[in-house]
Amino acid sequence: MYNERVIKEFSNPQNAGELKDANAIGQVGNASCGDIMKIFMKINSDNVIEDVSFQTFGCAAAIATSSVATAMIKGKTVDEALKITNSQVVEELGGLPAQKLHCSVLAEEAIKAAIQDYLKKYKKEN
Amino acid sequence: MNKNSNYRQVYLDHSATTPVDERVLNEMLPYFSDKFGNANSIHGFGSEAALAVDTARRKIAKLIDAKHTEIYFTSGGTEADNWALKGVAFARRDRGKHIITSSIEHAAIMASCKQLEAQGYELTYLSVNEKGLVSPAELKKALRSDTILVSVMLANNEVGTVQPVKELCEITHEAGVLFHTDAVQAMGSIPVSVKDLGVDMLTFSAHKFYGPKGVGALYIKGGVKPDKFVVGGHQERTMRGGTTNVPCVAGMAKALELAVENLDENAKHIKSLRDYFVSEVEKKIPHVIYNGDREKRLPQNANFSFEFIEGESLLLNLDLCGIACSSGSACSSGSLEPSHVLLAMGLKHETAHGSIRFTFGKGNTKEDVDYTVEKLIEIVGKLRAISPLFAEFKEGIINV
Repeated sequence: MYNERVIKEFSNPQNAGELKDANAIGQVGNASCGDIMKIFMKINSDNVIEDVSFQTFGCAAAIATSSVATAMIKGKTVDEALKITNSQVVEELGGLPAQKLHCSVLAEEAIKAAIQDYLKKYKKEN
Repeated sequence: MNKNSNYRQVYLDHSATTPVDERVLNEMLPYFSDKFGNANSIHGFGSEAALAVDTARRKIAKLIDAKHTEIYFTSGGTEADNWALKGVAFARRDRGKHIITSSIEHAAIMASCKQLEAQGYELTYLSVNEKGLVSPAELKKALRSDTILVSVMLANNEVGTVQPVKELCEITHEAGVLFHTDAVQAMGSIPVSVKDLGVDMLTFSAHKFYGPKGVGALYIKGGVKPDKFVVGGHQERTMRGGTTNVPCVAGMAKALELAVENLDENAKHIKSLRDYFVSEVEKKIPHVIYNGDREKRLPQNANFSFEFIEGESLLLNLDLCGIACSSGSACSSGSLEPSHVLLAMGLKHETAHGSIRFTFGKGNTKEDVDYTVEKLIEIVGKLRAISPLFAEFKEGIINV
């Protein structure tokens, strides 16, 4: 059902866990649907995502997309990260089964939610 | 996923299917290429096959306390369930269009009920308590003058609960209504006698008791006349068309004979492993819920919800370690709804998403259990470490 890349990312995910000094946090999904994705970011004054991590409650596809999505935005600017789409995440994983595509949407949404959180705080401070 | 040969292989999914017993296979082999005749042909080749089918039918009938004229071979449990429900629904539509079943039936029953509902039949789905058991009192209240059939499974496929079918059947008969039971999971695991249960129809399937896939049967008590379901030739006394699957029918009879002969011994071994597994998990892994009644339960079944994690990711991690089990998670089935059985028992959606079924078999050992518990501890720990729900729980934001 899953390709080798998905299995690799799922069984040994990158950027898993809480990021203690995060200044942006986004959470999407809900437990009753079986998927929650929470993304932590540390964004510096140049709007670069210096560090990123995730916590995910969900299936193998949800964990694998969290892993690659966070890897894809590490070191990128906020503007660049906002341009990441779910299809790019799926492409990076080498494809997902049709019924799992919603997991990649969740990753895109979680990134956007974290950045929104940052922008809200940033605007307030300025 | 492919089997990973670097690990011990532990099969704990016997309610999905079982391996064909070698003695069963040997019973089947002559009927593929040597005695290959069509059991309906009148020549010698046919007679040879017909004899095998007749012998199998008589053997199976005897093992479940039925008459050989009451056994109808089918392609499996799903066909037999479809036949029982639609056959009675169509045959008795002039008497009424109300059918009663339970809310925890197998998909073969559930989907048949949905089809009948779409055709104007009225269905009542009996609830279950938090332990997964149907209440006879609720059935009594649900029966009406236009009720034509009650179908309640003998044992549930997800949580293994054994329903009070004998009592449910008596109540149904008092109202003059027919009773069907899906005994697919129970057959070969606990004693099954149609006479003792009193049922009018009973479904079973060979591959759940170390027989071949693609063969099952519907027991139909003499005098009960459902409409035909699969029509075609004159097989099964014209009640079910289609060339008889001779090797599989012979294999099913042998498999059931072995299952019944060794039932006590196998059940004792399987139950002791299951009980050991349950106590180890409850002792060593925090925040687990054991789903289903502890006593009124098939010996092979253990069903746990592991809080804060999702079932599919646990299932696949176990699979990567060579351990095969199954999940009530929606994610394995492609739908967004978790197991209808666990929801009917009142589990929260997120808890139902984290449920896993382990079903033991006669080939399992204590070492299999120890290995599984060891890997479970590791994997549950790893998944909880990245679970936002577990983080919230630790921070005291949510309670369980």
